[in-house]
Amino acid sequence: MKRLLQIFLAFFRVGALTFGGGYTMLPMLQRETVDKTGWIEEDQLSDYYALAQCQPGLIAVNIAVLICRPLFGVSGAAAAVLGIATPSLLVILIIAVCLGNAAHLPWLGHAFAGVRVAVAVLVIQAALRLLKNGVQDKATAVIAAVSFIVLLLDAVNPVLIILAAALAGIGARRLTKRREGSGK
Amino acid sequence: MIYLRLFYEFFKIGLFAIGGGLAALPFLFDLAERYPWFSKDQLTDMIAVAESTPGPLGINMSTFAGYQTGGVWGGILATFAIVLPSFLITLLVSRFLHKFAANPLVEDAFYGLRPAVAGLIGAVAVGLLGISLFDGARQGLLWGLDYKAAILFAALLPLVFKFKKHPIVYIAAAAVVGIIFKF
Repeated sequence: MKRLLQIFLAFFRVGALTFGGGYTMLPMLQRETVDKTGWIEEDQLSDYYALAQCQPGLIAVNIAVLICRPLFGVSGAAAAVLGIATPSLLVILIIAVCLGNAAHLPWLGHAFAGVRVAVAVLVIQAALRLLKNGVQDKATAVIAAVSFIVLLLDAVNPVLIILAAALAGIGARRLTKRREGSGK
Repeated sequence: MIYLRLFYEFFKIGLFAIGGGLAALPFLFDLAERYPWFSKDQLTDMIAVAESTPGPLGINMSTFAGYQTGGVWGGILATFAIVLPSFLITLLVSRFLHKFAANPLVEDAFYGLRPAVAGLIGAVAVGLLGISLFDGARQGLLWGLDYKAAILFAALLPLVFKFKKHPIVYIAAAAVVGIIFKF
């Protein structure tokens, strides 16, 4: 029970500090699940992001389940999802019931304009951490650069980028293995 | 029975929207067309609120849309319904993943996936930077660069990289700066 509460609170903090979509959650997830508790490794978090992106549903929910099910079972996964959803539920319902449309409050608008800048900086740092981890050689550098540019140009659906990257990874490993084999 | 209908529609969104909260948007606009629950204008307001309040985008939007339709219980029900399919599917995926994690093919696939995820999140970061530093509505020097936001960005960047404080510290500081200097 204490463990479940700990999971709930960790993901509650992640949910409460996420502004925007599932991607902007990354700095908070790194903090709570890699740095603070050591539940998972940096690499695993990156793998889970790739999977979460290709699955139906909300990235936040998918990530929470992928992290917590292997470690804490189904009840742990449920606690994580509940934790990540609760801040949204509370904040949105309070806003809807009490304030009507909060987007029209000027000081709140100013605050969020500031917050957006901080979120951008935090996501840049999170992306660089993943880059350091994921790029090991020329092939992975090319994959990182291509997926960055393709998504920036908004040319194709991110799901396709992920699928292509998986195939590229398999292809690149095959090539290096073959080369090593013929070199001997 | 409006709650049943609400559950059914949001369960469907959770089942078919691949790629996170933004991927749910076309489905929500479809709902606005088919039901008298909320209008497209209200939906646009909802996106603005969901983007700028704490919490993952998809959960915020479903809570808001559910509330517009069926009050507080509608908000809770819609969120539960959109979360349920991904929860169940991901439990299965997770089980499958751990069975095959040692498979060389899976390992090679992740060798390609890791840099791709880094690239994707890098692109998201650039997009966020564009939204926060440039004012789309204002045309002027440097294509509407918001100089206050740019100064805050330049000040935060070295701080974030130098001091590994919890993100909340930077978020709260940026909110205060935003209010004081009227961003």
